[in-house]
Amino acid sequence: MRYLTDRKRAVGKGASGTGPEHHWWMSASAVALAFMIPTWLYIVGTTLGADQQTVITTFSQPFPAILTALVVIVGMRHFAKGTEIWIEDYIHGTAAKATKIAMHSLAYVIMATALYALGKMVFIGLLLGN
Amino acid sequence: MAEAKQVERPLSPHLQIYRPQMTSFSSIMTRITGNGIIVGVLLLVWWLLAAATSPDYFNFVNAIATSWFGDLVFTLSLLGVWYHYLAGIRHLIFDAGKYMDIKSAEMLGWICTIGSVVLTVLTLIIIQF
Repeated sequence: MRYLTDRKRAVGKGASGTGPEHHWWMSASAVALAFMIPTWLYIVGTTLGADQQTVITTFSQPFPAILTALVVIVGMRHFAKGTEIWIEDYIHGTAAKATKIAMHSLAYVIMATALYALGKMVFIGLLLGN
Repeated sequence: MAEAKQVERPLSPHLQIYRPQMTSFSSIMTRITGNGIIVGVLLLVWWLLAAATSPDYFNFVNAIATSWFGDLVFTLSLLGVWYHYLAGIRHLIFDAGKYMDIKSAEMLGWICTIGSVVLTVLTLIIIQF
């Protein structure tokens, strides 16, 4: 006889140990990205292929700089947390932990690099008097 | 005490002998696009870094980013972004408890697939002007 009811088995934070937290975070960041991506694609798409001066001038303006920073920060967190899902499906144990750490690290490196580039372009823009 | 005994459950059919369906295809594509667009992001951020570094370095990276290879990476990434975008909205709709029946879910899958191609072509046209 089972002393633990089906209801009791389901109560708590489940197999993930964190409940719906991850799912909710992905949904919330997805909505944020959905608002930003179309405009950002337009800015990047129209700047790709331009000469260096134009690229710096574009990304040193407040709107493209702030939007790109936001897309990179929110996007890379969304990416890193998103990779956890396929990692949990295909890799297990220590290898899974190592892969998750690697993916989170990659996302942070991309984030920091993009912010450094943006910051420097804003600074060059100031020197050029844009 | 509660028994932790494993229940004999039927095994799910193996992927290779399972008939391809819109619901499974659209789910797998969400994963592939979400992870795959990191390639486009890497190339783009490298290009941004080069623009902030020096004229020589920019010319080097810009040549790669605007070559046939760069065009291929960015076009596929764009397709991936739009697919993942539509698939994400589909998940938000599912989360709201709507369009959960098989027919509606398949319809949304087709919208994601065809929609992503349409949006990619539209984006490519718009950024030319």
